[in-house]
Amino acid sequence: MAVAEHPDSAGESAAAAWWRHFRYVVSENPVTLFAFILFAMFVVMAVFGPWIVPYDPLASDTANALQPPTWAHWFGTDNLGRDVFSRVVVATRLDFLIAFSAVALSFVIGSVLGCLSGYYGGWTDRVVGRSIDTIMAFPLFVLAMGIVAALGNTVENIVYATAIINLPFYTRVARAEVNVRRNAGFVDAAKLAGNSDTRLLVFHLYPNILPPMMVQISLNLGWAILNAAGLSFIGLGVRPPAPEWGIMVAEGATFIVSGEWWLALFPGAALMLAVFCFNLLGDGLRDLIDPQRRT
Amino acid sequence: MSRFAMIGRRLAQAIPSIIGIIVVTFLLTRALPGDPAVYFAGPAADEKSIAEIRAALGLDKSLFEQFWLYLGDLARGDLGVSISTGRPVLEELATRLPASLELTLVALIFAIGTALPLGILAATRPNSWVDHLCRVVVTAGVSLPVFFTGLFFVYTFYFLLDVVPSPLGRLDIFYIAPDHMTGFYLIDSLIVGDLDTFGASFAQIVLPAITMGVFVLAPLARMTRASMLQALGSDYIRTAQASGLSRSKVLFSYAFRNALLPILTTLGMVFSFMLGANVLVEKVFAWPGIGSYAVNALVVSDFAAVQGFVLSMAILFVLVNLAIDVLYTIVDPRVGIEG
Repeated sequence: MAVAEHPDSAGESAAAAWWRHFRYVVSENPVTLFAFILFAMFVVMAVFGPWIVPYDPLASDTANALQPPTWAHWFGTDNLGRDVFSRVVVATRLDFLIAFSAVALSFVIGSVLGCLSGYYGGWTDRVVGRSIDTIMAFPLFVLAMGIVAALGNTVENIVYATAIINLPFYTRVARAEVNVRRNAGFVDAAKLAGNSDTRLLVFHLYPNILPPMMVQISLNLGWAILNAAGLSFIGLGVRPPAPEWGIMVAEGATFIVSGEWWLALFPGAALMLAVFCFNLLGDGLRDLIDPQRRT
Repeated sequence: MSRFAMIGRRLAQAIPSIIGIIVVTFLLTRALPGDPAVYFAGPAADEKSIAEIRAALGLDKSLFEQFWLYLGDLARGDLGVSISTGRPVLEELATRLPASLELTLVALIFAIGTALPLGILAATRPNSWVDHLCRVVVTAGVSLPVFFTGLFFVYTFYFLLDVVPSPLGRLDIFYIAPDHMTGFYLIDSLIVGDLDTFGASFAQIVLPAITMGVFVLAPLARMTRASMLQALGSDYIRTAQASGLSRSKVLFSYAFRNALLPILTTLGMVFSFMLGANVLVEKVFAWPGIGSYAVNALVVSDFAAVQGFVLSMAILFVLVNLAIDVLYTIVDPRVGIEG
């Protein structure tokens, strides 16, 4: 790998080198390839979901209620005769939207807080550290419940709550990574060249902490989806009849004891597959962007 | 530094966490939607009676004064009155807590009892079928939504196989709850020697406990495997083996004892998961613990109940972490020698 990549990579563009590295990582580990394909499938479902499904996810058809899976309805129909398959596919967008916005929010806030406290130390570090410790002192799902209850029972507040309980992980990674590089030679050189603190943080330190943060993101996305679905399962956030995996499992739960398994099984399986995909992707992404592996 | 001083310092470190928790729970409840004074006053109330109730609840004072009053209430153990049931929150939480604790502890025993042997076997036989099984369990365990596994178990074991009673609560309606001693049905029924009731409550707790146990199995098994591998690869194990000690002596007295420390640290995280999972599992199995109490309170915006729940869970979590750290200093013989 070292021989293959180094001497002739000078001639090719950065994108081509990245693509080659991507192919290498994927061919080394077929599981990663599987995760990427799964992820692509979910993205297609999230983006084009409403146009590719065979039925309207909200249209009820009481004559066909509670039908087990057939060729016409792959995942069966629910108690109002709505097509479970269409609802599962359309739900992808809402679930991913919640998880992605929550993780993006905690990534941005967490890296700013972490960079500041790692770079300046002292009081900044102490205040940020104490606040993070306070968040971590709660069982995180319970805190998320409390936050959603306090802010109001809406989808945005699910996003905020999920972002807050994920914040500690990003802040800690960013703080640790900035802290070890604070006195590195290249930082001193940049400082002597007359860069301001802000410029130094944004252009010199921040790019260096991105790889570990990216890995944290993909590992976190699965957890964020689980949390958001858990919150809507207990009746917070998403309101029926909106299709969302957590609430669909909750609605299907009442039919499990009478044997109508398809209502809860398929949205639950989709949720499980999404989380599984992000966990595998996290491991794959670590191989892809870990600088140590690249040389 | 002596071991007692270490423990004392650890106890002191818990104080800022508790202060932080109290401030956060206070702020959270002040932001709750709806005006509790209006709720209490009822639909027929006019402006004047709402204002009176607001004054009686202390809601007309400044935030700082309210916080001061809140602290005073906490010191007296007064968590307020639940709006929906009209009973003191502390009393409700106290009657429901044993159900949740029983469930959590049985789940924990199941998880530890499965994860430790699995991790140890996987570490001693790398690349065997046990190792692969361990890997599958670890990967699948973190991806499974706990409420989904619960429903899946209900469908398989209740509906299809019909080997467990209906998943509603702690005891079938044909049985009478044992006299209240510990509040744990399993223990109370054994104390009075009522094996029928013991069997019935065991049948009820099996599914929810396994559901919750499966959820926390993954981090425990992964940590056991990793730390056992690390311990088995170290010099003192080679020395012990070279000295001709028996395999079980090397494995359990030397390797496992050292591997136990990282596992203990993981238990803190495991508890954070479990206290959250409690809420979901209790909802799936209609378990009358504090988790389902909180869910019901959330739905009707019952602010005192939610606040009491979040506060007591957080305090419980701090205490568990404290206990784990104290246990750590006791298990680790090096603590107190180096300092």
